[in-house]
Amino acid sequence: MREHGYQKSALLEVLHAAHELYGYFDKNILAFISERLNLPLSHVYGVASFYNLFKFRKPGEHIISACMGTACYVKGVEEIISAIEREFNVKRGGSTPDGRISLFVTRCIGACAMAPNITIDNEVIGRATKEVVLERLRKILEG
Amino acid sequence: MRPEDILRIAREEAERQKAYKYRINVCCSCGCLPFGALNVLRAFEEAVKEFGLQEECRVSRTGCIGTCSVGPVALIEPGGYLYQNVTPDRVREVVKSHIISGTPVDELLYKNEVFFKKQLRLVLRNAGKIDPLRIEDYIATGGYSALIKCLTKMTPKEVIDEVIASGLRGRGGAGFPTGQKWNFVAREKNTPKYVVANLDEGDPGVFANRTLAEADPHSIIEGMIIAAYAVGAEKGYIYVRAEYPLAVQTLREALKQARSMNLVGKNILETQFSFDIDLRLGAGAFIAGEETGILASIEGRRAAPRPRPPYPATHGLWGKPTLIQNVETLANVPPIILNGGSWFAKIGTPKCTGTKCFSLTGKVKNPGLIEVPMGITLREIVFDIGGGAPPGRKFKAVLVGGPSGGCLPESLLDLPIDYESLTKAGAIMGSGGIVVIDDGSCMVDTAWFFTDFCVDESCGKCVPCRVGLLKMRNILERIMRGEGRMEDLVLLQELGEYVREASLCGLGQTAPNPILTTLRYFRDEYVAHIIERKCPAGKCFKVEGAVKEV
Repeated sequence: MREHGYQKSALLEVLHAAHELYGYFDKNILAFISERLNLPLSHVYGVASFYNLFKFRKPGEHIISACMGTACYVKGVEEIISAIEREFNVKRGGSTPDGRISLFVTRCIGACAMAPNITIDNEVIGRATKEVVLERLRKILEG
Repeated sequence: MRPEDILRIAREEAERQKAYKYRINVCCSCGCLPFGALNVLRAFEEAVKEFGLQEECRVSRTGCIGTCSVGPVALIEPGGYLYQNVTPDRVREVVKSHIISGTPVDELLYKNEVFFKKQLRLVLRNAGKIDPLRIEDYIATGGYSALIKCLTKMTPKEVIDEVIASGLRGRGGAGFPTGQKWNFVAREKNTPKYVVANLDEGDPGVFANRTLAEADPHSIIEGMIIAAYAVGAEKGYIYVRAEYPLAVQTLREALKQARSMNLVGKNILETQFSFDIDLRLGAGAFIAGEETGILASIEGRRAAPRPRPPYPATHGLWGKPTLIQNVETLANVPPIILNGGSWFAKIGTPKCTGTKCFSLTGKVKNPGLIEVPMGITLREIVFDIGGGAPPGRKFKAVLVGGPSGGCLPESLLDLPIDYESLTKAGAIMGSGGIVVIDDGSCMVDTAWFFTDFCVDESCGKCVPCRVGLLKMRNILERIMRGEGRMEDLVLLQELGEYVREASLCGLGQTAPNPILTTLRYFRDEYVAHIIERKCPAGKCFKVEGAVKEV
């Protein structure tokens, strides 16, 4: 915040920085930002919730994001997502009961020539298949 | 630094590069990276070192070469030998055979010549040829000499006239004449003025802008500075999607280098002209690519569009005159300045000059990033460059223009690509996404997918878009569950036209396109769902209550 001179217009930059630091927003974080930038909390929450990138729940230990861009959809990413949901008992947008895996669906990550794409902890798996992804996840869970 | 210094760097760097007998360019862009491009790069560096070839062989990381479906790829010059599916363990063999013995490794070569033959690379002139992280590479290819020409030999008015003469139109989708837009901003008296480069490429299935930024960031920056000089702006923002970390990183580094060479900042190249550029990150909002949406987002608010007029040219960022251009438009500017507007006007069609980058994806044999002259037909793109549907599959439709584009059937494939023809057929140029759909996909389901995307991304400010799209999605879901009625088709048509007419911004005005075009060209599939209760592609009705949740 100091970097941006506590300018109100830097709200999005500040949100980015905080999100990178904590991985998600809770009420305390947003209240702190609202106070320091002298903006109403409703405004801060409004902006934060407008953008899809920001999360409001603590994500699990490992983050899977499935690309739901056009190319990935046409190439059958839906099947992979359903397979992950079945195997690990997790719903899209949520985490497994033990908090080890979170499954998110994102809009295009821009690697469409490689569709379908699944990202596991920042590593992109292109031309993904159900088998490869499930195998990788099982390995990760075993440690 | 003065203009002479830049030209000297260009000469010296070109000399240095000429000393190399071979150049190995390894694509390290978004398509090849996930498949281990960095390891391939390292392997090449090690192999070159091992054989003691550092003096005659330059290994560099470059941006996208375009053949994303066969990555990682490496290009060996001279001769343009393109190696596909390169793995680190084959690299030593390639260096030994190709560089030392002079025999290319045939089985690894990419042999599809048609893919490149029909293309014309103007915006992507440097993609895959230079190291995006070295400004010297860009300068050596003549980079920043257009800026020097503007600053030393041309008045802002002359720059604008050149752009008007080129006939260049906005590549963000709407196709507004670029020179005219510059004129609007230039004649405003209110200061300060701003330039915004739009890299909020939110369309799923589109990655042309991203690839441009990752392959040749300085072409965007140079075009932006020239635009600022022409309209008299002193501050610029590049608005990038946060989902593109590599593009962000590349642009950040490029800006740093440009600043250190006095190409960005105060008194550029020791002239009276000052212009500074900052990056702004988006946060996953499709609507932030709309021109008033992007302004709101840069100001730190929700990216909700507002009614126009007043246009951003008069009331933009913080109420000041602002020029907003897509990055592809800006990258077109340096060659126009160097070669003249009339040279550019000869490319493409009379009304639609120049080239356009397209992300060609979906069910085609050769997906990738392509750049073609305007006026080329869809058939040439899909079948010649793209190679048609994969073996055993039949081409069914092509979606042009992203989620709010239109699905066009085979009968319209001879349509030439230009803004007007596409709009007439019910699609849009959009940001240049071409997704090929084969007989394995259901058109109702496809329309549902795009409508669902637009429902999700609608900012909710105006009613037609917020409520209308939701209703349309619900009707589609009803049809997909097998509870559709024939009246639904009339209803969809009516609603779609209302939303198109009454919405505030480009999202709402184009969002009904997928439904309207599928109704127009693939009506029989809707009818099959409703009357026969079956899905010709076998996609819907499979699961109990086929409604999907996202």
